[in-house]
Amino acid sequence: MVEVTLWGSLGTAAGGKNKVDVEAKDIRELFRKLGEQYPGLEPWIDRGIAVSIDGVIYRDTWSKELPQGAEIFLLPRLAGG
Amino acid sequence: MAGVAVSTTINGDSVEYLCQPDETLLDVLRDRLGLTGAKEGCGTGDCGACSIILDDRLVCSCLVLGAEAEGRRVETVEGMAHGDRLHPLQQKFLEHAALQCGICTPGFLIAAKDLLAKNPDPTEEEIRFGLAGNLCRCTGYDKIVRAVQDAANVMKGA
Amino acid sequence: MNFDPRYSGRNFSSVGTRPIRPDGVDKVTGRARYGADFNMAGQLVGRVLRSPHAHAKITKIDTSKAEKLPGVKAVITAADLPDLTDGDASMYDVLDNCMARGKVLYDGHAVAAVAAVDARTARQALKLIEVYYEILPHVTDVDEAMKHAAPLINDAIFTEGLEEKPVKPSNVTKRSQFGHGDVHQGFGHADFIVERSFKTEQTHQGYIEPHACVANVSSDGTADLWVCTQGHFVYRQHCAQLLGLEASKLRVTSSEIGGGFGGKTHVWAEPVALALSRKAGRPVKLVMTREEVFRASGPTSATSIDVKIGARKDGTITAAEATLRYTSGPYAGMWAELGAMTAFACYKLDNVKTVGYEVLVNRPKTAAYRAPSAPMAAFAVESAVDELAKEIGIDPVEFRIKNAAQEGTRASYGPVYGPIGIGPTLEAAKHHPHMKAPLAKNQGRGMACGFWFNFGGQTCTDLNIGMDGTVSLAVGTVDVGGSRASLSLVAAEELGIDYSHVKAIVADTSSLGYNDMTDGSRGTFSSSMATISAARNAIKVLRDRAAQMWDIPVDDVIWENGQAIAKGEKYGNLSPLSLKEIAAQSGKTGGPIAGHSELVADGAGVSFATHICDIEVDPETGATRVLRYTVIQDAGKAVHPTYVEGQYQGGAAQGIGWALNEEYIYGKDGRLQNAGFLDYRIPVCSDLPMIDTQILEIPNPNHPYGVRGVGETSIVPPLAAIANAVSNAVGVRMTHIPMSPPRILAALEAEG
Repeated sequence: MVEVTLWGSLGTAAGGKNKVDVEAKDIRELFRKLGEQYPGLEPWIDRGIAVSIDGVIYRDTWSKELPQGAEIFLLPRLAGG
Repeated sequence: MAGVAVSTTINGDSVEYLCQPDETLLDVLRDRLGLTGAKEGCGTGDCGACSIILDDRLVCSCLVLGAEAEGRRVETVEGMAHGDRLHPLQQKFLEHAALQCGICTPGFLIAAKDLLAKNPDPTEEEIRFGLAGNLCRCTGYDKIVRAVQDAANVMKGA
Repeated sequence: MNFDPRYSGRNFSSVGTRPIRPDGVDKVTGRARYGADFNMAGQLVGRVLRSPHAHAKITKIDTSKAEKLPGVKAVITAADLPDLTDGDASMYDVLDNCMARGKVLYDGHAVAAVAAVDARTARQALKLIEVYYEILPHVTDVDEAMKHAAPLINDAIFTEGLEEKPVKPSNVTKRSQFGHGDVHQGFGHADFIVERSFKTEQTHQGYIEPHACVANVSSDGTADLWVCTQGHFVYRQHCAQLLGLEASKLRVTSSEIGGGFGGKTHVWAEPVALALSRKAGRPVKLVMTREEVFRASGPTSATSIDVKIGARKDGTITAAEATLRYTSGPYAGMWAELGAMTAFACYKLDNVKTVGYEVLVNRPKTAAYRAPSAPMAAFAVESAVDELAKEIGIDPVEFRIKNAAQEGTRASYGPVYGPIGIGPTLEAAKHHPHMKAPLAKNQGRGMACGFWFNFGGQTCTDLNIGMDGTVSLAVGTVDVGGSRASLSLVAAEELGIDYSHVKAIVADTSSLGYNDMTDGSRGTFSSSMATISAARNAIKVLRDRAAQMWDIPVDDVIWENGQAIAKGEKYGNLSPLSLKEIAAQSGKTGGPIAGHSELVADGAGVSFATHICDIEVDPETGATRVLRYTVIQDAGKAVHPTYVEGQYQGGAAQGIGWALNEEYIYGKDGRLQNAGFLDYRIPVCSDLPMIDTQILEIPNPNHPYGVRGVGETSIVPPLAAIANAVSNAVGVRMTHIPMSPPRILAALEAEG
């Protein structure tokens, strides 16, 4: 079980929660279960969400493992110059 | 529209071409003669990327007609190096990393060559004002000014 | 991925040196080929007809006269670019931006295009296209556009991110929120509170090279595109999707790029050129004029930002709050969201809240511009921080040091920071001689901090070792400012050979696997990671070949200083085999030697900078001169320090232009009034002093050499640093960027 923190706007889509508990071992499972538990998040996940694991931001890496006790923070996918 | 026949000298070589009366020298160089070193950044004489030397005078080739080159001498960036020996300005631009994207570089090299021909020992301020007609968006000009200073020193010693 | 990207300390021999770039000679001799320097046999000239109106319905387009003009080979409108986006809203916006569909949304929006035998015929043809408009009310100002009575730009837009679903359409496409703690409570503990509103005007990336491409579509469905772009693989995907082509049959070659800064990250003219070529059956060259570049490409957001910061007498910030409104042009964006994430990222805050609003206006579609959205947010926040320091009576550098984020701090945008450089840049600023230099009358000093995320992303490189022992490195990120030099250094470092034996090129989309856009300061970070990985794969092959040559087990072969060494006393007589010697025998030991790498570079490592500047204001004219400028920034590890300095200096110069001069000026009619370099004035050589740089190296733990991106952060602090300096010089807080002479005079007069 990992605790996942949602940024403000995503929390609104998850029914006003800013922290959710998810049983997930990697990023792929995290996205799948988040979508199942909070259908409001699905469009956001489809559009792309970045996952911060202990402060390091990951993008397209489904296989990335979520270590027990790690700080997991979801962020919008960013644009750059 | 009938073409205009032009005989001119470009980088020391005699060149003849036909161009339209409303065609800029920049377009002639780039599109008819394959000399794409001069760049079009604006087409209005504001950016200096198309700088060339016409009879010892620095001009924006986008503001000169191809027909006006008749009987005159044109110098472009392609004529700066002697064979495989770079001009000191070219060498110093490389050593100082005075270019990032490099699109403004031909114009700066020509403008700096003209500046040093008229003022072989310019101050930093004279370099800055001498090159103020050339826009660079990458470097903040710092390394360009240093490269020109260094080239001036080398050329004085030569 | 069996590649370990973690940082391990090492002594570098190539990395950190300053050799001449491999593409240098071509660039100083005029031989380098940029977007407009390429031609194909039989090519036509493409030109685009653009809307003169800010907002209008297109009731009819009659192209018949243009089509009849001798020399015209194709005329296209939106009808020639059918909607193949299949519900992908952001791609639909890109399509609509390439060619207006039913409605024009800004002055300069494309409505039709022609391909003709020469430029004059193409220009004549544009004049013969008859477009009938029904003019609609428009809005270009960010605050005006948010009002209830504002003209609606898209009546299908309902604000996202609100607690209650809106019932009416709006120009606000999205509300986003970040932060933690309780700002209300935090402000309750404050002894001093500063609350201010700020505005910044829209600027353009201002690359000197206009967008340019040559497109060729064949009747068998294959196509070629030569184009100046920051990401040819992304352009391929987008063009293939919009044109209905198979991606693998569209070969996109990235030309030398004459500046991008975020402005060459999405397609404008390229799908139009391909559509023209498809219709005409001939290659088409399409080059934007400078006026088109300003009216129809770029720019960044115009913004309106409210900031409130509270602190105790001892200088501890107790709460910080900001509301940020950013224009995104006529299409949805995430620009305010980025501003809201970055605004307070430099600080350690228990209570922080930022809210962003994305606002539609009748201006060109906003594109990324170097650390997009961060400079405006930093301008507002760093101005307020300075003002608060003054109210408390504490030195602005000390105030920032006291509140600076550090390892373990929860960032205002959410996660907890690893090792970061904001504190060290501030300490370096505090001890920099610049801080103690004397100032004269009408002169002022300012400083400010800045933050940017930095990205990684999908990256692919090929490293091939020739039989003569030289190395060719094919990369898929674009070289926007010396990255071929830095990547060659990295390959040389990893293989243990000399830099001069490596030649890096940017490969086209048919020669290399997919690479994400070269954005987010990722070029050297990501491609160096992939280059290290490719080199390590090549070393495995080299060891194997050496083992064959010696006829010993590969496990007994190690790689050190560019040569294979047989490990163990039993091999005492074997002299090492150099890369060159192994390469020479490759035909007999298993064929070509290469290393490839495909990876997602993650863990880019956030970046911080502190800038210091001195300025002088002429009280008669309101004109400002920058006298001295210092940039201090963390690079993680500077691979080629000269080009790192170049990034610092270039970003600072762009920020100085933004702070003092650059702005889009719209008339009441919604038309852009200064679409040229004469009236949109970017800094020239005589406007600037030397820009001093100090590179700090706090290794990024997620890169083998500790590299962080360096390209963008340098544009974040200048707006605020100059605003603080001007405010200190004139004694009036400047709240509107750019601080052009009329604005400074007005501020002085208002103060009396």
